[in-house]
Amino acid sequence: MNRLKKTTVVDFATYIGVTIAFLLVLGCQKGGLLTNAMNSWLVPICCFIVMSVSLNLVVGISGELSLGHCGFMCVGAFTGIIAGMSLSDVIPVDSVRLLLAILVGAFFAAITGVLVGVPVLRLRGDYLAIVTLAFGQIIKDLINCLLVGYDSKGLHIIFNIGKKTVNDLHLEAGGVAIIKGAQGAVGIRKLASFPAGYLLVMVSLIVVLNLVRSRAGRAIMAIRDNRIAAESVGLSVTKYKLMAFVTSAALAGAAGALYGLNYGSLVSSRFDFNTSILVLVYVVLGGLGNIWGSIIATIVLYVLPEALRQFDAYRMLVYAIVLILVMLATNNEHLKEMLGRILPGRKEADSDG
Amino acid sequence: MAKEFRRGKMVPVPSHSIVPERDVNRLPVLECQHLGIDFGGLTAVDEFNLTIGRTEIAGLIGPNGAGKTTVFNLLTKVYQPTRGTILLNGKDTHSMTTSQVNQNGIARTFQNIRLFSNLTVEENVKVGLHNQIRYPMWDGLLRLPRFWKQEKLAHESALELLSIFGMQDLASHEAGSLPYGAQRRLEIVRALATNPSLLLLDEPAAGMNPSETADLMENIVRIRDTFQIAVMLIEHDMNLVMNICEGICVLNFGRIIAKGTPEDIQANPAVIEAYLGKQKEA
Repeated sequence: MNRLKKTTVVDFATYIGVTIAFLLVLGCQKGGLLTNAMNSWLVPICCFIVMSVSLNLVVGISGELSLGHCGFMCVGAFTGIIAGMSLSDVIPVDSVRLLLAILVGAFFAAITGVLVGVPVLRLRGDYLAIVTLAFGQIIKDLINCLLVGYDSKGLHIIFNIGKKTVNDLHLEAGGVAIIKGAQGAVGIRKLASFPAGYLLVMVSLIVVLNLVRSRAGRAIMAIRDNRIAAESVGLSVTKYKLMAFVTSAALAGAAGALYGLNYGSLVSSRFDFNTSILVLVYVVLGGLGNIWGSIIATIVLYVLPEALRQFDAYRMLVYAIVLILVMLATNNEHLKEMLGRILPGRKEADSDG
Repeated sequence: MAKEFRRGKMVPVPSHSIVPERDVNRLPVLECQHLGIDFGGLTAVDEFNLTIGRTEIAGLIGPNGAGKTTVFNLLTKVYQPTRGTILLNGKDTHSMTTSQVNQNGIARTFQNIRLFSNLTVEENVKVGLHNQIRYPMWDGLLRLPRFWKQEKLAHESALELLSIFGMQDLASHEAGSLPYGAQRRLEIVRALATNPSLLLLDEPAAGMNPSETADLMENIVRIRDTFQIAVMLIEHDMNLVMNICEGICVLNFGRIIAKGTPEDIQANPAVIEAYLGKQKEA
C-alpha cells in the first residue's frame, strides 16, 4: 500500500500545483496585470494541456504513436459548437450549455475513437502512425464538406458533395446556419472561460492519473512493455488498447469543444497535421508518460512562439532552434547529474537503474 | 549438494502415456492428441500425444531445434495448431486465444525473459493477478471504496506470492533492474499469480549456477506441493530434469522419440542417439 500512497501524494501535489497556478493567473487577470494578448492565450493553453495530457495516455502510457490526435479535437470542436449553438433557446444558462457542449464533444469524439480504434489498433508502430495521420486529414476534410443549420424544426445537416450551399439547408426564416462548409463555423457565441478551462484540465488530470494507477492502467502499461507476456497472463490486448485510445479521444473531444467555443469563428483547417505534431512535440518534450512534463512543456511551447513575435519572419526558425537546444540539454549527462543532486527523488531513481 | 526428491510411481493410462499413480483417477490437466503444426512446408511438430496428470511434474527435453518451445507456443495458442486437439482440464482449446487459455488454466514463463520491465516487481505480480482480483474501470477512475479494498487485497496477495521466493523486499524495484536470476523467479511468480492449473516453464534454470539450480528444484517441487498444480518444464540441465520430473517426453525433429520415467529415458537407445549420435559399428 506504501507505493500507492506515495503515488497518491504525487498526484495530489499535481492537482494542488495546477490549482495554485490557476489562482495566480486568475489573480493577475483580475489585477489587470495581463495584456489582452495574454488573456487570449489562457483558454487555448488549457485546451492544449488537456490535449497533451490525453495524447500522453496513448503515446506515453499505452506506447502507440498517434499522429492524428487533432482529428478527435476537430470532431469535439464542431459537435460541441453545434450543441452549444443549437441549444441556446432551450438552455439559456451559458455555463450549463458549455458543460453540455463539452460532454457532447467528448461523446462524439469517443465514438469516433471506437470507430477508428477497432480496425487501427491491430496495427503497430509506424503503420498505426500512418493510419492515424490519414484519419486526422480525413476528418478535417469531411468537416470541410459539412453544412449544418438549425431552426424551429431542429437540426438540418447535409453533406456538401458537389455544389451545395447553405441555401440547400432550406432553413426557415429565423433559422441559423452553424457550419457553412469550407467557411467553417461562424457566428459562434463565445462560451468558454478560463475557469472552465481550469476545470477541464483538472478533470482530465484526474481521469488520466487515476486510470494509470488502477488495475486497467497497469494492464495498459503491461501491454506496452511486453505484448506477448501480457497475453500470456490473460490480458485482452485489444480491450485495453482501445480503452486507452477511446479515453484519450474523449478528452481530446472535450478540449476541442472548449476550444471551438472560445472563438467567434472556426475553420477545420485549424486542426491540421501541424497541430497534431505540435501536440506530439509537447508530449515528447515533456517526457513520455510524464504528466507533469506534458503540462509544463505545453505552457512553455505555447507561450514561446507568441513571445517570439518580435522576431517576425524568423519566429519559427528561432522556435525550432529553441526546441533543438532543449532536446540537447535534457539529454546532457552533466545536466542530468546536476539535476540528480538538486532533486533527491531523481537521484534515487538513477541509482536504481 | 544434490538432494533426493520423492517422485511418484508412474502408471500407464489408456492414451499411451504415463501419469503419477495418485492422479490416475482424476481428470488429466492436459491431453494432447495428434497435435501438429506446419510452417509453410516445414512440419515443426507432428503427432504430439501427451497426457499430464493433475499434480505431475513433467519434463520436455530434446536437442536444440527439436520443437520444444513450439509445443509450448501451441499449448498457449501463440500458434494455432494445424492438426490435432488440446484438451485443457477436459476443455478443447481450439477456439481460445492466448489470453483465454491463460484464464482457463495455463500459465507460462519464457525462454528469453519477458517481464514488464518498466513496472515494479509488485506491479508485475499485480498484472498477473489481473483476472483474480477485479474491479470495473469506473471504480478505479473515481476511486470508489471497492478500488481501495481490491487494491489492498492485490497488494497483500502480491507480497504473499513474492514470499515464495523471498522477494518481498524487492517489491518496489523496477523489474528490468533486477539481476538475471531474480527476473526468472519473478516470471514464475507472475505466472503463478494467474492461478493456473498447469505451469509451463521454458528453461527455468538457464544461466543459473549449480546452487541456484538446486534452490530452483526445491522451489518447483514446493510450488507443486503447495498449489497442487501440474508443472511442465523444458530444460537442458539433465540433473534438474532427472531429479524432479516424474514423466519425461523426448522430442527430436518435432516428433516424440521417447516417453517414460527418468530411468526409462536414461536407458533409451533412441534418446542416447539423439543426444550423442549413433554409435559406430565396431
